[in-house]
Amino acid sequence: MKQAGKKKKVKEFATEYTLANAIKKGDVFTRLSLIIMGFGNIVHKQILKGLMFLGVEVAYIWFMITSGFYNLSMLPSLGWREQEKVWNEKKSVYEYTAGDQSLLLLLYGIATIFITVCFIVVWKEAVTSSYKSQVLAKEGKHLNTFKEDCKSLLNQNLYKLLMAGPLAGIFIFTVLPLIFMITMAFTNYSKVNDHLTLFDWVGLANFKKILNFNDSIGSTFYSVLAWTIIWAIFATALNYILGMILAIVINRKETHAKAFWRFCFVLSIAVPQFVSLLIMRTMLQPTGIVNTLLLKHGLIDTALPFFTNATWARVTVIVINLWVGIPYTLLQVTGILQNIPAELYEAAKIDGANAVQTFFKITLPYMLFVMTPYLITQFTGNVNNFNVIFLLSGGNPTPVEATAGKTDLLVTWLYKLTIEKNYYNLGAVIGIMTFIVLAIVALVTYRNTTSYKDEEGFM
Amino acid sequence: MAAQKNVSGSKVKKKVVNVIVHVILAILAFIWLLPIFWVILTSFRAEKGSYVTSFFPKGYTLNNYKKLFTDTSILDFPQMFKNTFIIAIFTCIIATIFVLSVAYCMSRMRFKMRKPYMNMAMILGLFPSFMSMIAVYYILKAIGLSEGSMIRVALIIVYSAGAGMQFYVAKGFFDTVPKALDEAAIIDGATRWQVFTKIVVPLSKPIIVYTIITSFMTPWLDFIFAKVICRADAKYYTVALGLWKMLEKEYIDSWYTCFAAGAVVVSIPIAILFLATQKFYVEGMSGAVKG
Repeated sequence: MKQAGKKKKVKEFATEYTLANAIKKGDVFTRLSLIIMGFGNIVHKQILKGLMFLGVEVAYIWFMITSGFYNLSMLPSLGWREQEKVWNEKKSVYEYTAGDQSLLLLLYGIATIFITVCFIVVWKEAVTSSYKSQVLAKEGKHLNTFKEDCKSLLNQNLYKLLMAGPLAGIFIFTVLPLIFMITMAFTNYSKVNDHLTLFDWVGLANFKKILNFNDSIGSTFYSVLAWTIIWAIFATALNYILGMILAIVINRKETHAKAFWRFCFVLSIAVPQFVSLLIMRTMLQPTGIVNTLLLKHGLIDTALPFFTNATWARVTVIVINLWVGIPYTLLQVTGILQNIPAELYEAAKIDGANAVQTFFKITLPYMLFVMTPYLITQFTGNVNNFNVIFLLSGGNPTPVEATAGKTDLLVTWLYKLTIEKNYYNLGAVIGIMTFIVLAIVALVTYRNTTSYKDEEGFM
Repeated sequence: MAAQKNVSGSKVKKKVVNVIVHVILAILAFIWLLPIFWVILTSFRAEKGSYVTSFFPKGYTLNNYKKLFTDTSILDFPQMFKNTFIIAIFTCIIATIFVLSVAYCMSRMRFKMRKPYMNMAMILGLFPSFMSMIAVYYILKAIGLSEGSMIRVALIIVYSAGAGMQFYVAKGFFDTVPKALDEAAIIDGATRWQVFTKIVVPLSKPIIVYTIITSFMTPWLDFIFAKVICRADAKYYTVALGLWKMLEKEYIDSWYTCFAAGAVVVSIPIAILFLATQKFYVEGMSGAVKG
């Protein structure tokens, strides 16, 4: 059964209208479409469609001539002209000549490549479309008119219509910038040696620097990476298990006023996270209300170093993250808990299992089975948990001369390196490293979950 | 006799356990509500400054709220509120359309790019989201959206452009709507578009409410993107950015209690929205997790 399914999958979207076929078996008009896009369509009376393809081609060529080729030619060097002062005779003033700005050259170069890739996709579409119209015309079959093409966008081609907007958004504002930042990791774009306007490709030098344990940046990287992983594991696991225990306790038959307890915890989610985090931060300052009250009542002699001692700070952020995260888990698991078959618990009870045993033998395995995808999202969310760290401790305590504090995660360090220190190249490397760590964790676990393998099974 | 004693003994034990459980719950609830209670108290506090020596204020006043809405010379809170509201409405509309469209395609339609798209969305989700922020800023600058009132447009784009990747929860929910309904409708001559708008969407109220609420809340909660895009242009600050600013060293002494007032003002509508739609949130999530 499964084999058959697999075989079917390979053929599912196969079509005879491929680029290779178009070149091999196409007639003159189809082959001409390789150069003049839409030609084949126009010949076969799909005039509007053909003209649209042609329009795309004209626009692309115009773009390449006016700026595209220049953009591409500047990519390898990233510019060299420095801004210069030039004496203007007529106005008797110094004027600045526009120097090259490597950042913009890099951005425009990548955008040009991007546009070219898009053009190639459209070009392929145009050629295969010409070929298709040729084949259909030859077989005497019906060729879609423009109106019918538009109508199909609401029916079998609805996905093209619906996906166009979201895809454009993702490509322009997520993929393009991401590629841009990734390329930055291979340059010397940073404050060091004044490379903020003009910079060059440096190959893998930044990666070597970060991975080199003897370098100050390198050793910082390893300690931040270690803390990021510890933090993510603790934050995810503790939130999950404690949140589940809380949900179970509230769900017990004997607990009164279930709705009220849930309300109390859920109220803390309803308050925007940055508000509650900023409040926590002010409360836990050396002169904050917690320390002040404890000092006043003589419970402590000196202020507790919530964010000034490394170990204290680390425990504090994990504990406060529990405050933030447990209500979410509570909200999420409540419904699922009620789905666990009651017979399992009854059987366990007859066998004499106590509450702890049923939790570890029944509840936890069941929940893990159902919620693995959720846990992976939580884990990645925690590795990238900018808000909690940045708003609470700001990465502090920070040793003198260090670029990262003791509670800095890779993401907050990335923020500091780019926004505050202007080491854009190192920031980009750290972003890539974060991605690699997450990709390994996510791929290994996600691929093994049933919901990925057997996606169609639930429909 | 002995058996009876045992029964009453276990009853007593049960009662004790029950009392302990309730006491623990009460303590936990107290801890969870304490910061919220504290900020409400602070917003009515008469003494200025962030350094206080008692939990309860020495005097109560409404001036913090008054100052928040009338003292617009340095930090213009009403303006920020307006900015955020406009941005939130547009973000909400665009993001909801994007999310539902993609989720429907992923759940109901089968096409060549479907699996690659899902994998791509997952991979992109693994990059730190603001890693590309600086690049986004330059792109927005290149198309002329980084100055003046265009900053609002820029923020709307930033918050909604990536929405197409947040389809998992909605897709999971759509998957639970029986496919037989679609098939019956298609046999009756309905187009896919009609299936989408007349069958799947009306049957998915929880997830739609969930999507609307989460996307509406994004601009209120984010401040890092706003910070990078707005730079020093305080006229276009969002609420989150403004509140964060109030706790900066140069403002904290005179604005701390106003910060608390602002926090209360922002939290109330969000809390109401959230509590009112909590049911949908849970239903939406459990629908998604099942898939």
